[in-house]
Amino acid sequence: MIREIQLPSRIESVDQAAVEADKFAKSCGLGDDFVSAIDLAIRESVANAVKHGNKFDETKSVDVTFADSDEGFEVTVRDHGAGFDVDEIPDPTNPENLLKANGRGILFMNSFMDEVSWSNHSGGGMVVKMLKKR
Amino acid sequence: MSDITITERQAGDVTILDLEGKVTIGEGSVALRTAIRRLLGEGKNKLLLNLAGVGYIDSSGIGELVSSFTAVKKEGGTLKLLKLTQKIQDLLAITKLLTVFDVFDEESEALSSYN
Repeated sequence: MIREIQLPSRIESVDQAAVEADKFAKSCGLGDDFVSAIDLAIRESVANAVKHGNKFDETKSVDVTFADSDEGFEVTVRDHGAGFDVDEIPDPTNPENLLKANGRGILFMNSFMDEVSWSNHSGGGMVVKMLKKR
Repeated sequence: MSDITITERQAGDVTILDLEGKVTIGEGSVALRTAIRRLLGEGKNKLLLNLAGVGYIDSSGIGELVSSFTAVKKEGGTLKLLKLTQKIQDLLAITKLLTVFDVFDEESEALSSYN
């Protein structure tokens, strides 16, 4: 099963993506703990795409795909921004970064999903693909 | 409807904020920031955040807790946390922020720690 949605680059899209993911995951028969982990990862990835990728430019969409397979639940989030090097993001758990206000979203995505990979889309923007195994 | 309700009460010179709802990107984080800045403006800088009613927090909300902590500290005060849900405790552990915040399960214990 696959579901694709396109969302505008605004904060409300974070909730919207999470609601859609919740519905989709439950229709696939996934349990509450599973859905809760996916929920946080989706919120963080869509928030990243809206804020840091598309920089709140509502002419740029955030493209989200949910896919359920035997392997697990896969979420893909694409923005249409200038892109960034994920390795350049400072580790928020380093003592010198602990009191910074930002930079923990990717840590949460990595913590709650089993696989997270980043790539540049050939048509522009960044794509993050996340898998939660069954 | 707002994502979060913040109720203020006073226990001696400690101001307790009871948070109910979501502390997430957008409204929830902004409401917390506004409340903390207002209290600091009123000279109240011994703050205790009761998170028992916070059903959801994201990285922006965690960031707002950190910003609040540093803003209060800058004013010579202290911000402590009360009654973390398991979820919030997990997120603070992942981010290693349990090493930063003073965290309490009991309000009486939290209040006496300010003396």
